[in-house]
Amino acid sequence: MPVEREKLVELYRTMLKIRLFEERVAEIYWEGKSPVFNIAADPIPGEMHLYIGEEAVATGVCAHLRPDDMVAGTHRSHGHYIAKGGDLKKLMAELFGKKTGLCQGKGGHMHLFDAGLHFGCGGIIGAGIPHAVGAALAFKMQGKDNVAVSFIGDGAANIGAFHESLNLAAIWKLPVVIVVEDNLYAISVPKSKSTAVKSNAERAAAYGIPGVLVDGMDVMAVYEAAGEAIARARRGEGPSLIECLCYRYRGHFEGDPQLYKPEGEEEEWRKKDPIPNFRAKLIREGILTEEEANKIQEEVAALVAEAEKFARESPWPEPEEALKHVFL
Amino acid sequence: MAERIISMYEAIAEAIAQEMERDPRVFVMGEDVGFYGGIFGATTGLWKKFGDERVRDTPISEMGFVGAAVGAALEGMRPIVEVMFVDFTGACFDQILNHMSKIQYMSGGQLKVPVVLMTAIGGGYNDAAQHSQCLYGLFAHLPGLKIVIPSTPYDAKGLMIQAIRDDNPVMYFFHKGLMGLPWMTIIEATWAPVPEEPYTIPFGVADIKREGKDVTVVAVAMMVHRALEAAQKLEKEGISVEVIDLRTLVPLDREAIINSVKKTHRLLVVDEDYLSYGMSGEIVAIVAENALEYLDAPPKRLAVPDVPIPYSNTLEDFVIPSADRIAEAIKELVS
Repeated sequence: MPVEREKLVELYRTMLKIRLFEERVAEIYWEGKSPVFNIAADPIPGEMHLYIGEEAVATGVCAHLRPDDMVAGTHRSHGHYIAKGGDLKKLMAELFGKKTGLCQGKGGHMHLFDAGLHFGCGGIIGAGIPHAVGAALAFKMQGKDNVAVSFIGDGAANIGAFHESLNLAAIWKLPVVIVVEDNLYAISVPKSKSTAVKSNAERAAAYGIPGVLVDGMDVMAVYEAAGEAIARARRGEGPSLIECLCYRYRGHFEGDPQLYKPEGEEEEWRKKDPIPNFRAKLIREGILTEEEANKIQEEVAALVAEAEKFARESPWPEPEEALKHVFL
Repeated sequence: MAERIISMYEAIAEAIAQEMERDPRVFVMGEDVGFYGGIFGATTGLWKKFGDERVRDTPISEMGFVGAAVGAALEGMRPIVEVMFVDFTGACFDQILNHMSKIQYMSGGQLKVPVVLMTAIGGGYNDAAQHSQCLYGLFAHLPGLKIVIPSTPYDAKGLMIQAIRDDNPVMYFFHKGLMGLPWMTIIEATWAPVPEEPYTIPFGVADIKREGKDVTVVAVAMMVHRALEAAQKLEKEGISVEVIDLRTLVPLDREAIINSVKKTHRLLVVDEDYLSYGMSGEIVAIVAENALEYLDAPPKRLAVPDVPIPYSNTLEDFVIPSADRIAEAIKELVS
């Protein structure tokens, strides 16, 4: 089925939003980390895991989701949140640790929660998979047609919760989609050293559910595979697994020297970069003019700048706020 | 009207059934909670009444189904999840320590995680090191979990209803030896009057089980009954023992402990959990911080002496506080 022009433009805009937001985050992060790297230094303290290169995955999947569908992200989740329709200002303010942040400065970069968008993520590898399964269980029990999506890395496919969750989702026929982002590395360890099967998509067979491997650098490929899986889940036909082959251009965290990556690997993957390639395709196919594409770029850059301004100008939380919300 | 006498497992199952009737968001999942009714009887009769959807047998996947309870709670359900033995929380500890207990905080108060995790504790029946632990001190240490430990059928029902209605994650520990199971050593306190209608018991309110003036004994679960037994013996010897059942460790009724020690001037904490870094140390610290000048003797602790629970009767009896050893410890305190 042909995809409408607006949808295509939206996919492009979302990928760009993630890319420009994170490129700016990287600059701000390093602003506080030079000349001496101190991880706790403001304006954005702590660890920083960027999604740059993987934008097509979150974008292609979340394009099918409604605000009331649930997404369980990862420790590398800015992209998932933005693709789900997240608020750039609140996101940026949370990275800064400001009171106006998504979690009022209590979560930070790895622990982003937005109740209104049914979005959560966390710093423990794979722990969100059972949360998505539980959310899907809730939807089923509530008689809703909502779907839960769990994004994980290829490293998370080796933890126990992955297998337990797929089995639970399969026996209970839950509306959940597991999206594995295979970016070739679990921190530094290549998938070939950690995973015996070639693709995690093959593992779906062990649970009696569909599994597909798609090109995670091609937003349309992800969009189509996710569309099928999500529609299937909404129809009450149960879970699916999608593995998206992609690449993270940056290190596991900012400051990672990436000595484990072979020379020339990144250059090869740059040729497949989902954003310039998709832009070129849209222009080639007459969906966008060069001018329109540039305009989108400017609009998105303005949104990111606005988010940064908001974060910088926002107040810090009162120190005593640290004592609140242990119990509600 | 004659009071109705039921066992603790029946009281828990009744509490859950009444809440399931009241609130369609409440459901139960865990291993053997369905047809079997829970290995310790805590879900007896629920499956027959509510069916597969709301009383859900799980595969042996604690990480999966405890995590799923968290996810379901995030989407508005109120799951009760049974981890058969507290020892088995090892298999899902990440979900408890990093997620269930922290999402409400990390989200800046946006999200609620109203999960009740119920689990069996305690030894005294030769099941050894992997099936006899208490571990509530471990969970009480983690911010964000409410810790409930009933010692009577009446408390078990009221505290369970309170737990289900609480918007926060609650860990509900029942002692196997108090449930009223036919295959355990029977103690009288296992059966007691329990009202049929639903009622709640607020968290953070200790129960003074017995008034006394010479020494305060603080305990939970089985140790409450052992302490009462010791107190009864000592009464004949002219020693008056006050026994406090904390009922919940989080929130903790600090006032009850402090006020009692101010009255009796002596403190013994009895704990079936491990001695070091646990409940007994916490209570002694609270008394030291708040009522040190009232103490006529250094506080005493009687707990499992930092060894795993052994198998053989003679060994197990040596490590788990008995009424006799509680009585001895009290005598040392008052001498």
